[in-house]
This record gives sequence, structure tokens and C-alpha cells, in this order.
Amino acid sequence: MKPAFAPGDKVKVRTADIATHCRTPHYLRGKRGVIARVFGAYPNPEQLAYHRLGVPHQPLYQVEFDYMEVWGRQAPATVITADIFQHWLERDH
Amino acid sequence: MSADHHHPPHGHAHGDAHDPHAPVNEAHGVREDSVLLERALRELLIEKKIVTADDLRRQIELTESRTPELGAKVVARAWTDPQYKARLLADARPAIEGLLGIDLNLTPELTVVENTAARHHVICCTLCSCYPRAVLGIPPAWYKSPEYRARVVREPRAVLAEFGTRVADDVEIRVVDSTADMRYIVLPLRPAGTERMSEAELIALVTRDSMIGVSVLSGPPR
Repeated sequence: MKPAFAPGDKVKVRTADIATHCRTPHYLRGKRGVIARVFGAYPNPEQLAYHRLGVPHQPLYQVEFDYMEVWGRQAPATVITADIFQHWLERDH
Repeated sequence: MSADHHHPPHGHAHGDAHDPHAPVNEAHGVREDSVLLERALRELLIEKKIVTADDLRRQIELTESRTPELGAKVVARAWTDPQYKARLLADARPAIEGLLGIDLNLTPELTVVENTAARHHVICCTLCSCYPRAVLGIPPAWYKSPEYRARVVREPRAVLAEFGTRVADDVEIRVVDSTADMRYIVLPLRPAGTERMSEAELIALVTRDSMIGVSVLSGPPR
């Protein structure tokens, strides 16, 4: 699968609540961030965890989040980055 | 735990896994039930010929042979060779494999993030305990603790201060949460006063914690 986002793109993490294995931390769901790096595509861990192949491979991005966006309060110069698979991201206009 | 489990006939069941009030038995910080689970899984894998005891032994030896000194060699080279540093930051895996002569093919991807006077990185894994084991070895127990994982993303300056690391308010802290296939190593800031040190001396200066980003390095003792 080709990457849909490029560095600098504004994205929002999906808010889906799934009960099975996934690698999108709850504290970042629904948060707005910016694509920092594009890492290539990897098997989807939500399938790998259940002995499936993880296809199509999902593009993986390092996404930067402002501290204020994540926790709703100010902190001096703090950024949180996390690695999020493409199917958990939507474009933030 | 099911509601209809049996209580032993005589009340005192300390250490009984069925007693919810029993103390948690830990061996070397590992829960006893985890030890049993590991043993059962290992014995089954061997019995079903999915892996051999020799495969496991070799993998354990390989894992234990990896120590933070590998990371320190990478850091010292990056400090002394700007071209190497550029290659390392652009694509860490081949740069590390080439320098250390180790094969990282079967290990997760690696990215090196550089600390500067204006930017300080600290690594964590809020979901579990992802760590650049191939280059830093086995993670310290605190790295895997729920406290570190929960707090470092919420109050990184306070957590770093507890490690003795004061980060000025005008220095940007970047908390790097390793949530997927990428593992991160911090390239710490080279301390002042080390300009004349040899690469071997620099290697000895670099600590594990500085490559996780919970500490910064100080120069040679005066």
C-alpha cells in the first residue's frame, strides 16, 4: 500500500475503540498531529496478533503531537511523537 | 478467575494462586505465574518440534551478548565522524551494522534521534516495553514499569528531574513513544571538555541512560 501522507501533513488519529490487539495508544485517539516521518509499510499488527498475515501492509508514520493537544494543558516546549499506522489516521483539514 | 473456584479446606492459603488476597510471588521481579507460563510454552514448543532447545539457547546467548557498549561505540563514532553521523541519522540500520559488524536483519527497524542544545529526546514505550535491544541489550526494569511508561508522556520534565536531569524550559523535549515497528536510540549531546578524548575514551563515557534520553552526559572528571 502506498503512503497517503507526507511529512508536514496534518492528521487526526481515529477514535475507534476496538477490543482486540492494536498499537494505537488510547491517549492519542482523536488527537491532531503532524506527519514527521514516513517509515514504509509493515504487516498490520491487528492481524499478526491473531496468526494472520497482516496484509495489506500498512504504511507507518512518526506523528508529532503538541503537548497541549494531547493533555489539554500547557507545558514548556514539549512534543510527543508516536508511530501510527495509516488506517488509524485521517486527514485533518 | 472463575467464581466457583475451590477454597482449600483449611483457611490459610498463603501463596495459593486461587486466593485473591495471597501475596504476589515474584522471582527476580518476575511474577511466578509468568515463570510457569514461560516454562509451559517453552516445553510445548520443544516437544512439538517448533523450536529446539539449542535454538532457544543460541537466541538467549545472542540476546545476552548485546550490551549498551554497542550503542556507545555508535555514539562515539557519530561524535567523531560527521559523515558517519549523517549516514546514521539518515538510515541507522546499515550504519550500525557496518560499524559493529553485527546482523540486524531479523531485529526491528532502528532510528537514531539526535539531542542538541535546543532539543532533548527521551524514549519510551507506553504500550509495552519496546526497546532497541539489538544495540542496547535488555532494558532496565524501570523502563518497563507502568510508572515510567505512564508518567514520561504526561510529565516528562518531572520524570527527567527524578533521574537528575534538568532540562531548561527553552529546550524542547520530545517524548518518543515507540508504538510500532520502529525502535529508537538517542544520540546524546557530546559533553564539553571531551574535544581531545580518543574514541575509546569517548566510548567509556557514554551511558545506557543517555541513549534512552533520561540522562545527559557530563565531561571528564577534572
